Amino acid sequence: MTEAIEEAFRAEWGRVVATLIRLTGDWDLAEECTQEAFARAMAHWPQDGVPRRPGAWLTTTARNRALDRIRRAAAETNRLADLATIGSPEASTEDSFPDDRLKLMFTCCHPALPLEAQVALTLRTLTGMTTPEIARAFLVPEPTMAQRLVRAKRKIHNARIPYRVPPPSLLPERTSGVLGVLYLLFNQGYSNYSLVDEAIRLTRVLVSLMPHTPEASGLLALMLFHNSRRDTRLDASGDLVTLEDQDRSRWDQELIEEGIAVLDAALEQGHPGPYQLQAAIAACHATAPTASDTDWPRIAMLYEAMLRLNPSPVIELNRAVAVAMASGPSEGLALLDSLQDKLTGYHLLPATRADFLRRLGRIPEAAEAYREALELAPTDAERRFLTRRLSELDSA
Amino acid sequence: MRYMLMICDDGAKLESPAELDAKPDHVAWMRDLDERDMSRGRYLMRPPAEAKTVRVRDGKELVSDGPFAETKEWVAGVELIECADLDEAIAIASAHEAAGRYPIEIRPYWED
Repeated sequence: MTEAIEEAFRAEWGRVVATLIRLTGDWDLAEECTQEAFARAMAHWPQDGVPRRPGAWLTTTARNRALDRIRRAAAETNRLADLATIGSPEASTEDSFPDDRLKLMFTCCHPALPLEAQVALTLRTLTGMTTPEIARAFLVPEPTMAQRLVRAKRKIHNARIPYRVPPPSLLPERTSGVLGVLYLLFNQGYSNYSLVDEAIRLTRVLVSLMPHTPEASGLLALMLFHNSRRDTRLDASGDLVTLEDQDRSRWDQELIEEGIAVLDAALEQGHPGPYQLQAAIAACHATAPTASDTDWPRIAMLYEAMLRLNPSPVIELNRAVAVAMASGPSEGLALLDSLQDKLTGYHLLPATRADFLRRLGRIPEAAEAYREALELAPTDAERRFLTRRLSELDSA
Repeated sequence: MRYMLMICDDGAKLESPAELDAKPDHVAWMRDLDERDMSRGRYLMRPPAEAKTVRVRDGKELVSDGPFAETKEWVAGVELIECADLDEAIAIASAHEAAGRYPIEIRPYWED
């Protein structure tokens, strides 16, 4: 039974909250009444059994709770007009609550809110993660997180940030804002699997609600490919394992197959974007039986397409790596020269040059580039990796 | 919902009300707001160099020359608007002819 309630919690929380916000316009009331509806489920379902439509049961229960509270408050302040919206017949047809989660996502990710508040509010309202859980996931004290959520909700109310799916003129820009928040959530959760799972779950919801937005599907596919390598990314001592050295037999084939299906459906719509292209690159890695089977010419081409959409020196660097793999390290080396000024201080530039020089047998130059990278590397794990490479050079 | 749009300037090229009224894109923006009955007032201020600042300390008036804070950009004019929500206010602000050159701050009224 607790399993059925937990399942309903994960599946229905966001939907119930989203509906209650539409009906009451009050975010706190919506959360509290949804919480109470789940508490009632916990008390009643074990005896009465799980209702035929748990979502409708929960929404109706939460709505009645809200109705009670608004009625009581209205009686106190004599503002019966407040009842008109929530008590309307449209709202009380038990089986046909429209899905308001898309509105909720766009409002949570409104550009007038600070990014960290967008992320926290998305988690709180759409997944039902509690404030202490969110605080722990982002390594901030609980009162800080609580205040962040309060401020965000206050701003939505005070500045009247609309609760709706944006009109077509704003939709592309606002959609990329939502996708950015979901991807941030996913990356933030790199070492926190519950966040990763929530990010994927929310992206699935977004894809189901916006089936004709290929970038949403592209993001979902990208997450699935990354997640398929979850168990092979770190070695026993917690060090990073490069893609080349990961144990591919332990990659999750089911996730890879789903990622490919999602990506193909997205690409068929004929509007490629940055997430679809990144997913297509991830797919090249995910489907290569061994590292040496990787389709590097295709990856180089995909990076080129990304550069056309969004010029960036980091993407140019990645393209140089792909070109070096496809056509040889001297071709890659030629591409690095133009990046010197644009990526000053970025450790992966000398690290990449070092790798190309090593493969060309230019050992002293490679060693010098590794030492340069070592000085710039920001984390211990990366310094350990570069030190290992450098010592392999010396012994060669 | 009411908002105040604060249109900034840095004084590089000051325009008088008459000069502004002669700019077709500015006139079109104002006419659009008026036709939609959204404007609740508009004011153009003289630059901060012409400001006086008053403080009262121990019951004594202290008047100083200039603005209360020196900033590179300052509020040159305000437009008070009434519209449906923040997205509409953002759309109105970004359609202002100065939006391509200077920031425009949108402040919701304190309503409850």
